[in-house]
Amino acid sequence: MTALATPEKTRPRGVAPTAGLRRPRRYGRVLLYAGLLLGAIPTILPFVWLVRSALMADSQMFVAPPEWIPRPFLWSNFGEALTAQPFALYLLNTVIIAVVCVIGTVFTCSVAAFSFSRLRWKGRNVVFAALLSAVMLPYAVTIIPTFVMWERLGAIDTFAPLTVPAWFAGAGGGVFNVFLLRQFFLTIPFELDEAAYIDGASPWRVYWTVVMPLSKPAIVVVTIFTFIGTWNDFLGPLLYLQSEEKYTLSLGLASFQSLFITQWGYLMAASAAMIAPIIALFFFLQRYFIEGVTLTGIKN
Amino acid sequence: MRRYEARWGLLMALPAILGFVVFTVGPMIASLFFSLTEWQIGGEPTFVGVDNYVGLADDELFWKSLGVTTYYTLGAVPLTLVVSFAVAMLLNQKARGLAVWRTIFYLPTLVPAIANVVLWIWIFNPDFGLLNSLLRQAGLPTSQWVYSETTAIPSLIIMSTWGFGNTMVIFLAGLQGVPRHLYEAVSIDGGGPWRRFWHVTLPMMTPTIFYNLVVGVVGTFQVFTQAYVMTEGGPNNSTLFYVYYIFRKAFTESEMGYASALAWVLFMIIMVVTFLMFRNARRWVYYEMAGAR
Repeated sequence: MTALATPEKTRPRGVAPTAGLRRPRRYGRVLLYAGLLLGAIPTILPFVWLVRSALMADSQMFVAPPEWIPRPFLWSNFGEALTAQPFALYLLNTVIIAVVCVIGTVFTCSVAAFSFSRLRWKGRNVVFAALLSAVMLPYAVTIIPTFVMWERLGAIDTFAPLTVPAWFAGAGGGVFNVFLLRQFFLTIPFELDEAAYIDGASPWRVYWTVVMPLSKPAIVVVTIFTFIGTWNDFLGPLLYLQSEEKYTLSLGLASFQSLFITQWGYLMAASAAMIAPIIALFFFLQRYFIEGVTLTGIKN
Repeated sequence: MRRYEARWGLLMALPAILGFVVFTVGPMIASLFFSLTEWQIGGEPTFVGVDNYVGLADDELFWKSLGVTTYYTLGAVPLTLVVSFAVAMLLNQKARGLAVWRTIFYLPTLVPAIANVVLWIWIFNPDFGLLNSLLRQAGLPTSQWVYSETTAIPSLIIMSTWGFGNTMVIFLAGLQGVPRHLYEAVSIDGGGPWRRFWHVTLPMMTPTIFYNLVVGVVGTFQVFTQAYVMTEGGPNNSTLFYVYYIFRKAFTESEMGYASALAWVLFMIIMVVTFLMFRNARRWVYYEMAGAR
């Protein structure tokens, strides 16, 4: 797993680094952009449909053949949809849960990954392998006992079932993050640790001042994965939250869906509002995201 | 130093180990025990042995949900693999505005499951939806999409393929790891783009394809939200996905024991299918460092 063969090492001397990926000839360029456009249109179209519906009066939505340009642009749909239900409160709840989960996951997963990659202790590899096996376990197997456990603890209708597992290295499928971070940590030269230990540093100090600062791309990937996962989670809140003032955006939108089945404009506006922050986040961080995925060598 | 290091090692791994015990091993054992009982939540579990498992054989809906889930997996996984591989190949070229292209193709994956469902209900609407509107304008026959028994699953397959982004990103990472000197070698031998693809890209990508295949199958076996919010398993149970059936048994009908048995059967099915895929993989997955492993 450490042998992430880099192109640099395997490239024979004297061959230009970009040789394999040299710019295609002109007809190749045309084909490339044609392909990208051809793929992009069906990818984008549902979004265009969403936005145009969010800005339309219901009367204009239900005309055939369909119209693509709203007349007039009903910006008020957004305001009305978001106040028809307490979406501001749902947003706050979702953000609280997501932030608590991100901090807990990044902290406990990176600490564990540090232990599994850079500290030697008896049984380390066996424990790591056991932990990893949890990733393959279908959530359906653990969901019923976990629900019963939280119920016995009186934690139904609190945020605890949605946030506490994150502080145990994401528990279950979240262990994938430990794997990802461990893979990344293994690429950092061990000489740095040794130098720090000679200077009298503790493992905690090495973790905090040597390894973590060098691992930003991997941390960003785990942050994005966890944030999006929590933001989008539907089953968790559905099982554990009951009172409306504790709802997350997912639950709010789902109940909105059944309440306002006739008011499509509102529904579309609310959906668009839930998607937009995620898209913005991804756009600004996507460079780290791709880099992180590549560097951590998920493919192995 | 050794013991000092070991103490720190255990301490730092402790949250993860505790999480594994409390949220994975414990629930697994509990679930296995529950599956041998008849149990309404709030009451006391009664031990019934393997009755729940035996009962599955006569449960029409169990077989139905298994069939529905298999049908969906067989459709969604290959389609997603092909689409995401093709797009990853395009994004691995030096195109202008690569950040924008990548974001565009990844966008659908970011859409929250529930917003995704809301959006697609509207796209599938037989009278005013996007798909039928386009078909009508092109003079083609329209469809009832998720509102008809025969087209419901194919519709959901289309919907899931739209979110091919995660698979694509992993393909992209794999493509960037293909050693360039191999392409050079083919070019020196006079090979064109087709031979480069067939003799270098595809063999070198088989581990990545295999990874995405396994993750895809395991994932589609566990579909839930579409069935819960969009179709409620209908029409006529044509979209009764397996996990949705478990959910219904457990949390709507409060049959915790039976639902646990269903969950364990799913677990066993996934294990067997994964095992078979791994065994079959030896024939077609190419590991460069096979000797080193």
